[in-house]
Amino acid sequence: MSTATVPVAGVSAWDRVRGFRPPSRYLPVLATFALFVGLFGVGGLRYEGFADPQVFLSLLLDNAFLIVLAVGMTFVILTGGIDLSVGSVVALSTMIAAKTLDMGWSPYLAMASVLVVGAVLGTLMGLLIHYFDIQPFVATLAGMFLARGLTYLISVESISISDSTFSQVAFSTITLPGGYYTTWTVVVALVAVAVAAYVLARTRFGRTVYAIGGSESSAMLMGLRVAAVKVGVYTISGFCAALGGLLFAFYTLSGNSLHAVGMELDAIAAVVIGGTLLTGGRGLVVGSMLGVLVLGTIQTFISFDGTLSSWWTRITIGLLVLVFVVIQRVMTRRQS
Amino acid sequence: MRKVLAHQLVWPVLALVVLLVINVVATPSFFDVRMQDGHLFGSLVDVLRNSAPVLLVALGMTLVIATRGIDLSVGAIAAIAGAVACTYIVGSDEGAAGTAIVASTTALGVCVLLGLWNGFLVAVLGIQPIIATLVLMVAGRGLAMLVTDGQITTVNNELFSDLASGFVLTLPVAMLVALLVFGLTALVTRRTALGMLIEAVGINPEASRLAGVRACTIIWTVYVFAALCAGLAGLIIAANTNSVNANSLGLWIELDAILAVVIGGTSLAGGRFSLTGTLVGALFITTLEKTIPNIGIPSEANYLFKAVVVVAVCLVQSPQARAALRVRRPAPLVAKAAVS
Repeated sequence: MSTATVPVAGVSAWDRVRGFRPPSRYLPVLATFALFVGLFGVGGLRYEGFADPQVFLSLLLDNAFLIVLAVGMTFVILTGGIDLSVGSVVALSTMIAAKTLDMGWSPYLAMASVLVVGAVLGTLMGLLIHYFDIQPFVATLAGMFLARGLTYLISVESISISDSTFSQVAFSTITLPGGYYTTWTVVVALVAVAVAAYVLARTRFGRTVYAIGGSESSAMLMGLRVAAVKVGVYTISGFCAALGGLLFAFYTLSGNSLHAVGMELDAIAAVVIGGTLLTGGRGLVVGSMLGVLVLGTIQTFISFDGTLSSWWTRITIGLLVLVFVVIQRVMTRRQS
Repeated sequence: MRKVLAHQLVWPVLALVVLLVINVVATPSFFDVRMQDGHLFGSLVDVLRNSAPVLLVALGMTLVIATRGIDLSVGAIAAIAGAVACTYIVGSDEGAAGTAIVASTTALGVCVLLGLWNGFLVAVLGIQPIIATLVLMVAGRGLAMLVTDGQITTVNNELFSDLASGFVLTLPVAMLVALLVFGLTALVTRRTALGMLIEAVGINPEASRLAGVRACTIIWTVYVFAALCAGLAGLIIAANTNSVNANSLGLWIELDAILAVVIGGTSLAGGRFSLTGTLVGALFITTLEKTIPNIGIPSEANYLFKAVVVVAVCLVQSPQARAALRVRRPAPLVAKAAVS
């Protein structure tokens, strides 16, 4: 941006365009964006109706919950941690929502209780990680077991949601110019991304997240509030997982203890593909959203093709993660 | 007495004993073991038999964790092993004993390749173990589905199903296989320098490299070993049901295995490891899974109890928690002294 502001005599506009180098921290996100556009372009060329804007909107609609999960995961991974519990928290959230509605609670109270439970679970894991020095991997593993176990304890059977407010939110659509439509869940997901991007880029909390990921001891020596922020990112992740769970409940209109098995892997994969460094300190929340869209595009690709089987999704995601991890490794090795 | 209490295995063994006592109180016949059709039969034998897959995976995981690594892909590798073996058996002479042997060997061969792949990512490319093995964890079940073509493959081979439900000398084969692997691992790591070298790599990779330890080879070895153990576990699980479902075979076994290792007192930070501890840990987990339905809680809720165990074990191991307890413990004595 800054390179293209003041015109300099003797340098043509083309030279400036040609000489433009995006700041290196945007490079991974641009790569993900290019990958997404490329995948979408290839799909549009190969399959009829793929390039329709409604396909893109459906992509957002089908993955709204995953976008929210990836937002929370980005915070955690930026501090150099990891959160394995998000999939189970999604299942727990759908179950709490379904059960409380079944018991006749008001839908707003049900939603509030889901969000509170998610945030409290996240905070507890954060406290274990920071104050008892338990590895994030193990602490969130315990959280994963805990949430899944609680879900089973509430009900082993699937409970369907028939509340009118919930189905209204699930089925009401927003009509966009041109006859396209989207749902409120997409709006929630996009707002989550926007808020997270603002917090990370413009607030003290966000800058401390990056500082901890860069070097925790340096951040501590700088007098940053490491403890609060480190616990805070897990609270955010837990909250986002609960919010994602609510969106998932809108999407499926049921609470089931087998919901979202392995979804934490999808969220982590999306963050990695979005260009966030798994060792922490570098990455953008927009990248994670693009990562989710790439995953979604692969799925759409396979469903459009019809001859490819669903398991190619997992294999492709694994390969993409591999490619991005190896590139990250090569790039960080060159810098150090 | 103090020496006994200080031994690192005291707490895991005590926990196991407590679980067994709870079981006996709930069902007094829990300890009954009787002979039936020429082999042992009873709840305890069931626990031993069911613990075989977790024990196998946990053994491999112990060595990986000792090198400061972790292997998340073992569940997926187990699924691939089961898929390869079952698909091979269905594809050729289904009932023959030779088929089962070739199928199992092929499956284990594939596992070695997968272990080499994990080892390559960790040892050569230097990617963090948790991320390197995440790749196979994500892609592995897809590969297993690719092998089985997305079907639940059912096999009918006597020798293959004997691997899980057969008996030799009145004892279940699965348990004997697991114990054999346990014995061999203990022999190789404790009677040769290998165990010490693994610990050296885990405690300080840089120092051990400077001391002339070939860390690269050692890391590679432990990942191959972990994959091999996982493959064996996958074969036992597949043989137990005489079928393979690529989606659910060995699901979350990596987490159970890590839990077993942690309960056994091996630190996730690498370094010293205890194979006996892992054995106790694996038995503890299987007994726990048996205890939950036994005392009238839905068996699916065992995750809840596992979570409590993980947190408890980690807090016991955490220096911060210990320090907090230590400060608090002498306090009443001081208070008493002040009063008197």
